[in-house]
Amino acid sequence: MAERHRREEVPQASSALDDKGRALELLLPGVLAEFEPEIVSTVNLVAATVKPHDISAVCRVAKEDPKLSFDYLMCLCVVDYVEHLQVVYHLYSTTLNHMMVLKANVSPDEPSLPSVTPLWVGADWYERESHDLFGVSFEGHPNMAPLLLYEGFEGYPGRRDFEMPEYREW
Amino acid sequence: MVDINTEGQLDTVQMMVNMGPQHPSTHGVFRMVLWVDGERIVDLEPHIGYLHRGSEKLCEGELYAQIVTLFDRLDYISNLNNEMVFCRAVEKLMGLEVPERAEYIRVILCELNRVASHLLFSGTFGIDAGAMTPIMYAFRDREKIQTMFEAVTGARMMHNYIRIGGVKGDVPDDFSQRMGALLKELRQGIDETDRLLSFSEIFLARTKGVGVINAETAIAYGMSGPSLRACGVPMDVRKDEPYSVYDRFDFGIPIGEKGDSWDRYYVRVMEMRQSMLIIEQALEQMPDGPTITPSRLVLRPPQGEVYVRGENPRGEIGVYLVSNGADKPYRVKVRPPSFCNLMAIKELLKGTYIADAVVILGSLDIVLGEVDR
Repeated sequence: MAERHRREEVPQASSALDDKGRALELLLPGVLAEFEPEIVSTVNLVAATVKPHDISAVCRVAKEDPKLSFDYLMCLCVVDYVEHLQVVYHLYSTTLNHMMVLKANVSPDEPSLPSVTPLWVGADWYERESHDLFGVSFEGHPNMAPLLLYEGFEGYPGRRDFEMPEYREW
Repeated sequence: MVDINTEGQLDTVQMMVNMGPQHPSTHGVFRMVLWVDGERIVDLEPHIGYLHRGSEKLCEGELYAQIVTLFDRLDYISNLNNEMVFCRAVEKLMGLEVPERAEYIRVILCELNRVASHLLFSGTFGIDAGAMTPIMYAFRDREKIQTMFEAVTGARMMHNYIRIGGVKGDVPDDFSQRMGALLKELRQGIDETDRLLSFSEIFLARTKGVGVINAETAIAYGMSGPSLRACGVPMDVRKDEPYSVYDRFDFGIPIGEKGDSWDRYYVRVMEMRQSMLIIEQALEQMPDGPTITPSRLVLRPPQGEVYVRGENPRGEIGVYLVSNGADKPYRVKVRPPSFCNLMAIKELLKGTYIADAVVILGSLDIVLGEVDR
């Protein structure tokens, strides 16, 4: 019965960028040229994948370049793709009112990449949360203490392979 | 402990004070460890996570239609706004059209929810500053809104009313009349609370110039919503990136000047009036028609990822949704507005009096349900 619903091909979501997104799509390869980014467009945003050790430098360019001026870190999260962990930064510019996505792939064993707290103080709790739930460590973060979980919690509950404890009646 | 030193001044000792997690003015289960020198706060360490339920992880094991109920429980003061942003994320991923009538019902209810949330804030903020009466008025009015929600959605709090592709059902027949009467009562009630509290001498002394944050710092922390607008930054998703039918209404974005606790309070009072303007216009423009686009019960959105922004009463909420084509999402990440607003508490509290800590924390209007998720 389960086979009945399985489809051969998974359809891809179509991308519909707005004017600002299209402008960024043209602009980004030039501005970030030295980091050799891989630029794709998701459903509504432009996403650039860079090497993890470059992330701090790329973020600095994204924040300080007058054509980008991403002064607002909207969201930082980790997605577990099993073969690698993807750290995703959603950046927003309060002056130019545009948004982009930065991504970096790290290996699931001892994942680590530079912290962006020197650029945006608001990355503080996001990075601690990512460390809690996915075990990604951010070099240069002032305080990597557990945020959402308690001290001494074992394992990384955000990851796909985390085994949920069985429910039992007390 | 206290000695007279050689200059004839009193020696002081730095003391550690633990505030919370069970403390009525932390608005939930939030704990702060304060290092105080006399009455001054020298340093502090906020601790969150007491309400962590792993909502994002739970989303990975539920069908898309079931996740709406989990979003109800993030920010439990503004449930409808939360439901809406998740439904919009799935709709955007699938390219699903929402009937016009449903969009109007969504906007009306979300703005009404904003008023209810700000009413609760203005009441409890009064209590934080030592005014016991305003909450009686604010709760009386909020109760009327909850009754309205019950009439439309069938539930007072966890509505599960906004569905992927529209809303659960049409509004009652006498919706427009009841809303008209409700808005009139709300206007009176808000004016009443405003007169009672906003310009009271004691209230001004407790809140004016207390907990000041400038625009650059607020932006660096990722603050949003009324807390950011109080610093004079007119950032509002409803204007910056109009979603749903917000581009059809004429409304203003109230901003503050100094970014102190009073500004954060008064921006919300003014926002309530703007929300009611939106509701009135929406009631006038609301067309007839279907309220939901029929779709399969078990949705399988195409492979891809989407980030959708929405304006909640507390600030900007974002949903990052990754789908691999299955009936359950691969990853759901919520950008909770209170999480970022609360992060700035360290900046806000350092150097202030311990008595002001409660006022400043209250002025941020946090909901721990979405901070901890």
